Parts: sequence; structure tokens; C-alpha cells
Amino acid sequence: MDIILQNICKTYTKSGVEALKDISFEVPKGELFGLIGPDGAGKTSIFRILTTLLYPNSGKATVLGLDTQTHFKTIREKIGYMPGRFSLYQDLTVEENLNFFARLFNTTIAQNYELIKDIYIQIEPFKNRPAGKLSGGMKQKLALSCALIHRPEILFLDEPTTGVDAVSRKEFWHMLKRLKNEGITIMVSTPYMDEATLCERIALIQNGQILSIDSPEGIQRQYPFRLFAVKSSNMSGLLRFLRALKTVQSVFSFGEYHHVTFLNANASVVDELKIDIKRAGFDQFEIKETTPGIEDCFIQLMPS
Amino acid sequence: MKQFLSFVKKEFYHVFRDKKTLLLLFGLPIVQIVLFGFALTNEIKNAEIAIFDLAHDPMSHQITERIKANSTFLVRQYLTHPGDIEQIFKSSNTKLVVVFPSELQTNWARGTQTQIQVIADASDPNTAQTLSSYINLIVMQYQSELTRRTNIPYQIVPEVRMIYNPELKGATNFVPGVMSLVLLLICMMMTSVSIVKEKESGTMEVLLVSPFNPFLVIISKTVPYLLISILNLIVILLLSVYLLGVDINGNVFLLMAESTLFIITALSMGLLISSVTESQQTAMLISLLGMLVPAILLTGFMFPIENMPIALQWISNIIPSKWYYIIVKSVMIKGLGFASIWKETLILMGMTLFLLALSLKKFKTHLE
Amino acid sequence: MRNEIVIKTQNLSKHFGSFAAVDQISFEVYKGEIFGFLGANGAGKTTAMRMLCGLSLPTSGQASIAGFDIYRQTESIKKHIGYMSQKFSLYEDLTVIENIRFFGGIYGLAPEVIKSKTESLVERLGMSQVKMQLVKSLPLGWKQKLAFSVAILHQPQIVFLDEPTGGVDPITRRQFWDLIYQAADEGITVFVTTHYMDEAEYCHRVSMMVDGQIKALDTPAQLKKIYNEDSMDEVFYRLARGAKRQAD
Repeated sequence: MDIILQNICKTYTKSGVEALKDISFEVPKGELFGLIGPDGAGKTSIFRILTTLLYPNSGKATVLGLDTQTHFKTIREKIGYMPGRFSLYQDLTVEENLNFFARLFNTTIAQNYELIKDIYIQIEPFKNRPAGKLSGGMKQKLALSCALIHRPEILFLDEPTTGVDAVSRKEFWHMLKRLKNEGITIMVSTPYMDEATLCERIALIQNGQILSIDSPEGIQRQYPFRLFAVKSSNMSGLLRFLRALKTVQSVFSFGEYHHVTFLNANASVVDELKIDIKRAGFDQFEIKETTPGIEDCFIQLMPS
Repeated sequence: MKQFLSFVKKEFYHVFRDKKTLLLLFGLPIVQIVLFGFALTNEIKNAEIAIFDLAHDPMSHQITERIKANSTFLVRQYLTHPGDIEQIFKSSNTKLVVVFPSELQTNWARGTQTQIQVIADASDPNTAQTLSSYINLIVMQYQSELTRRTNIPYQIVPEVRMIYNPELKGATNFVPGVMSLVLLLICMMMTSVSIVKEKESGTMEVLLVSPFNPFLVIISKTVPYLLISILNLIVILLLSVYLLGVDINGNVFLLMAESTLFIITALSMGLLISSVTESQQTAMLISLLGMLVPAILLTGFMFPIENMPIALQWISNIIPSKWYYIIVKSVMIKGLGFASIWKETLILMGMTLFLLALSLKKFKTHLE
Repeated sequence: MRNEIVIKTQNLSKHFGSFAAVDQISFEVYKGEIFGFLGANGAGKTTAMRMLCGLSLPTSGQASIAGFDIYRQTESIKKHIGYMSQKFSLYEDLTVIENIRFFGGIYGLAPEVIKSKTESLVERLGMSQVKMQLVKSLPLGWKQKLAFSVAILHQPQIVFLDEPTGGVDPITRRQFWDLIYQAADEGITVFVTTHYMDEAEYCHRVSMMVDGQIKALDTPAQLKKIYNEDSMDEVFYRLARGAKRQAD
């Protein structure tokens, strides 16, 4: 196991915020592990504890078999960390940033160029541009290159895709897949639920607690209800109508559909609904059973 | 070591890419020195003065005529009442009042010691000093001519009284003052701001997670400011010698060594500020209001410490700038050697060690 | 209802030197419409939004916002729009009530109006319990809901939302969209940018900006049909992938 957390609790003394409540999980070597949850769920606190920046109030965390509190110096040599905010020097050029971080870890760009080549080659045409003048997607690639330059055994990426457009996000996940194939353990967090399926295993986290931890497919399989997708020409009217129905347990909009679960999803419930809908006068009504996504699971697991 | 050097290099990039700060770093000392220099080199002409003649005898008239003949002075008013003296200082641009005592000539003839009083507005100390010494010269000249004719020894002694700033802190004293201010500003404020900037931008997180020793992180951040300060120091000294004509009377190397000590003191203060603050504004405010203002007020080059309330005099002892100011004044202006400043040096050294130890202890290798 | 035009641009451009950040965009937005303004990083969304809000002047082209000219009447524009972004929305060190009062005040609402609006708003958002608390103590989702409500407190004709739901949990995100729908039903035009592609589906019409130009503009259903894709995500990917521009 590359990462082990045992009953980790963390309360920030200044603000009194209870960021983590008894968190335990393990990440084996070479896994691409995702922490999925909204802002304030505790993702960053977990990263900071694992990267030895923060002491937990109680519990024990080990990284590469080393205790994060007593062996922080050794751990710091072996991990790569990309914090949530863009944490490079905006007034240094792309190349200067990379050079600096290489030196910081006692290595050179040449030594590990192979590892970062695929990523760095995309920003190399701009190597003389100050990092602050790069676009979101390119900043992220540079930050990843800097975090990788010393060939770390574990890569910690805290919300690398936040605020980045969908195209750059897709590219980024491709890069992570390649790095995983190099044998690097990767722990990544994201608030975008659709990215969860790109990880091997994920932990859904909310309010400092883990809601569920499994492979994305496993989490989807555990979804306890039959889920239906409905749509009509008047989506907001349909949403209000469904919410008012007694047979409906939950209804949330999901893109072009609303996702509905029923209190008692027997065979007749769909037919009954169709009749109700027709009576209420909704046009182009459509209903079909659908497989739940990670976001459906997250909503279902969230304590109400 | 390579790590350290690349770190220092990076710091220099930061400094040189921030054009405004760069301008401040090198422009400020020059501007300050030149500004104070103007106060020094200004030639005085037609200074307005007043005469309060209680004697009204030939001798007082003759001296008055000589004063009037001098282009430095412009006699604006003849006073008739002692109360007018203070009034005229307050209401007009009068720089100086000459008071002739009654029976000046009679006393002189009798051979009694006689005093002419010269009252000067010393809120502008340079002018006051220059003017009163001119009056002194005129009176002496007049007397020596008189005595040559009569063989009676000197008897009229001008008694000079400085009001508003009796200590007469002249512009020569500003050079050591500017030195202590500039060094404090650059080393303390710039270091603290640049470290806190890394905390704010999140780069400190990345640095801490690297295997590079956290203490070296902050030490290496001070190196560029150390070098820039020494450069500034040389510029200030060159300007003061060649532009202002304030000579370095003591040993230049001693002066540089003592200044380097003070630079390290200021750097330690900067480190301390940066370890206890989280934002650039806070660091700036603490540097300016908490450190720089007391340094200006309590160092002694603006306002004489001897005239302050005991409590403030006591507080001034914990201000490092005060000791540095004394050292520079002793070495540079008075030309004294190490033997006469070892005590101040020791105090400064102690403060530096204390500050450095405290700031390193306060520095967090972890967040929160 | 959909006939009244509240935003109209014609060949609107903004150049920085030789660089055309926004390159001749022309479109119309109707009253009560939820208009999705999508584009990759650096496509020119922010620059375009700034012009539409009256914060920066275009280099060329025409536009009228809420009936006011984009060159000459920027002050009137500002009075008739609301704005909310993820980065700046509320004063964290003021309480809920103080924030509402402050923003009501700067939009020139009468004290009685502010008072009654404050009460109904706090009630509607379910924040009666926390109304005296500092905003920084609230969960992000609550802040964003409050920020949106404050942005439309003065009943603007248009509200501009710059990535309003970033990092918000899935349920709160949907509650936020409920608020958007309510506002649209009241006749407020909603002009919104987002990185969540499912949210693009909630918009009445969506525009896709690529390299400073609007490459596509239609209803989500129509866009999917035209590009023969199953989801807006794929439509976006297809359009934005062809972007030449790399940097902001």
C-alpha cells in the first residue's frame, strides 16, 4: 500500500472548522485514485496531511510506508504535489519555472525529460513566456511538468482540472492515464463528477466524511433504486410537477433529462406516471430506465 | 549548494522583473540623499533678521551697520520691546534676532565682559547655525579692528541661543539617518513581503513539499536583498562624499562591516515579520507602522532623544536603528575607531542573534 | 414573450494590439431567456462579457444592452444589469443582512424597499437562522445562492453569471438552477457561463465561442442534431478542439 490513512481527524484551530471526521482508506501502488466531492468537503486537507504539510489531530497516515509526521523529510523527496491553486511563479518563464523546480529536487530537466516529454512538448513553443501569461490549460500542463520533474513515486494532484475547459480537461486525463502506465501512483481530486469514471477507484467525500469508496462501476452498482430519465418540452414545469407527486421519491435535473426515483418502483408505476403526465398536458413526454451515474450516486448518498 | 544558487537566481529574477519595485529599491536612496543634500548645500542670501537695540550707542550702531552691509542678512525690523522677539519669529520669516544689551559701549569702555545675544530659529538647524556663526564673525572682526586701535582685549562675546532645536541636528547627521532608514526599508520590508508573497500565491506549499531545507528557503530569499543593500550602501556613501561633501572621517571598512551587521539585523526583522503574517498587506503595515515609523522617530536623527520623555528614551533603546545610527555617526562623522563603538556593536549583535533565533523558531515547516 | 430583444450585438470586436480577443460577434438574446455562453479558456468569453457589462469599450461593432448603447451609455447599462462571478460575489466579513443592505444601497433602492426585500429574501432562501452570521461562515453553496439573489435584488433586466456553480455540490447546484429558472420566469434574462456541460442543457439557447468568434448558436437539442452528437459535452469538444489559440 502506497497510501494508508487510519482514523484521521482534523479540526482547524483558528476557524474551528472540522475538516475531516475519522477518515480511513488505502491506495495500493500504481493506482489512479480519485477524491470526488464539492468545495469544502475536505479534499485539500487530505492532500495536505499526505504531503506532510499538515498534522492531523488524531489518526495515522503513512505514505510509501513512512509516517507523515515523523518522516516528513524523506516523504517530501519522493512525492510530487500540485496544489489546488496555480502554484508556480507567474513572473518566471515556462522554462525558468521548470528549471527551478528541477534544481529544487536536485535534478535536471535532461535527466527526466522522457517522463515529461509528452506533456512539456505541448508548452515548449511558449517556453520563454512568463507563466502568468499562459492559458488555464497550459498553466496546468506546466504545473504538472514541474510536479513530475523529479520522477516522484506518488503524484498528488489537488483539483487539477477546476476552472479548466472541457477540452483541456479531457487532454489532462489522457496524460494521467499515461503516467499511471509508467507505474506512478496518482491521487487526484475533482469537483466534476463526470471525471470520476476515469479513475480506477474513487472516494466520494462530503463534509469531511467518506460517503462511499469503490471502483466507479462498483459505486454505480450499489445504487439501490431503479432510476428513470424523463423529459418533455417543458422541463421546468415537469420538474415542479414531479416534485409534487406522492409516488416520486426524488427528482433532479440531469442535462436534457430529469432523473426520477420512485418510492415503490413496481411495474405499474411507470404506466401510472404516463397517465398522470398526459392528464397534466405535457408534450413530447419521454421516459426510460437509465443507469445511474456517479453524480446520481453522490446525490443519493448525501445526507439530507 | 546548486539548489541554493538556483534559488538565489530565481529571487533575482523576481526582483529584476518587477520594474516598479526595482525603481523603488535603487531610486529611493538616491532621492533621499539628494533631497537632504539640497538642504545642506543651499547658500543663504538675504536672510531676514531683526535688531533689538537696548544700547543705542555708537558701538551698537556700528555693529548694526556692518551686519546690514553683509549680503547674507537683510535687516527687516528694529524691535523696541522684549515681547516682540517671540512674536516676530512666529509672525514673520525672521530667522534671527540680534540683541544689544544696554550700555554696551559704557561697559566695553569700562572693561567689563559684555554679551550680545543672538537668537536664532533653529527649526531649520543648518540656516540657524550658519547665520549665527556669520554674526559671530562680524562681531569678532569688528572687535579685532577696535582693539587693534585701542589695545583693549576682547570683551564682547556674542552669546548664541538656539531656539526650537537646541541640539542643532544638522544635515551632516542626516546621512547616517538616511542610511539606517534605507537599509531598514529594503531589508526588512522587501524580505518580509517577498516571503509572504510565496505564502499567498501558494508556492510556499510546493517549496515546503520539496526536499529543500525549509530554513534554506527563507535564508536564500534574503540573499538578494543583502546584496542590493550593500550596493545601495555604496551608492549612498559615494553620493554623500562626492555630492554632499560629507566625508567619511573614520575607517571605511569598519563602516561597511558595521553596516553589514545592521543589514543582517534588518533581514532578521523581515524574517520575523514574514513568519507571523499571512498577507502582503499585513507584512507591509507591520514593517511600515510597527518598525519603520518608530525607527524614524526614535533613532535620534530627526528628533533629539535627550529631549524625549523618559519612557520614550527607554523604548528607543530597543530600536536597532538607534544603535546603528550612533555607530555610523561615530565612525563616519566623528572619525572614531572600533574602540569607541564596541558597546553599540555588541548590543546590535545581541539583537540580531535574538531576532534571528526567534524568526527561525517561529518559521513553520508545516501549514497551520 | 420571446420577441423582446434585450441584448443585441453586431460585429462586436475587441482588439488588444493586433490580437482580436473578440472577433466580430453578432447575436441576440431575448427577454426571459437563459442564454449559455460557452467556450474554451482563452476563447474570449471574459473579454466579451466585460464589454456587455459596460466595463470595457469595444474596438468596433455595435451593441445595445437593455436598450442602452454600449459606447455611450455604459452607466445606464450598469444600472440595469446584475453581475455575479465565482470569484467575487459577497463581502465575506459582512453578515448576510449587511450584504443584502449594502448591495441594495449601491443600486439605489429605497430603505423601505431594501428592508422588505431583505426579509422576503432571507425567508425564501431559508437563511433566517443565519442572517446575522458572517458570510464567510456559510457553506459555498449557500453563498452562491445568496450572491445570485443579491445580484437580482434590484430587478435588473439582465443578470450576468460567470461560472456561478464552480465547486458546488450536486444538490446545491440544482437548487441554484431552480433560482435561475425562477428569475427567468419573472422576465429576467440570464446570461451564464459554465464549465459543467450538463448545465449547458438547462439553457434555452447556447453559444459556443472559439478563437474569439461564435462558431455555433442554437438550442441544445438543435446543436446536438446538427453535430450529430449525443451530449453537449461532445458538441463542445468537437467545436473547441479545432481552436488555434492556446493562450489567454
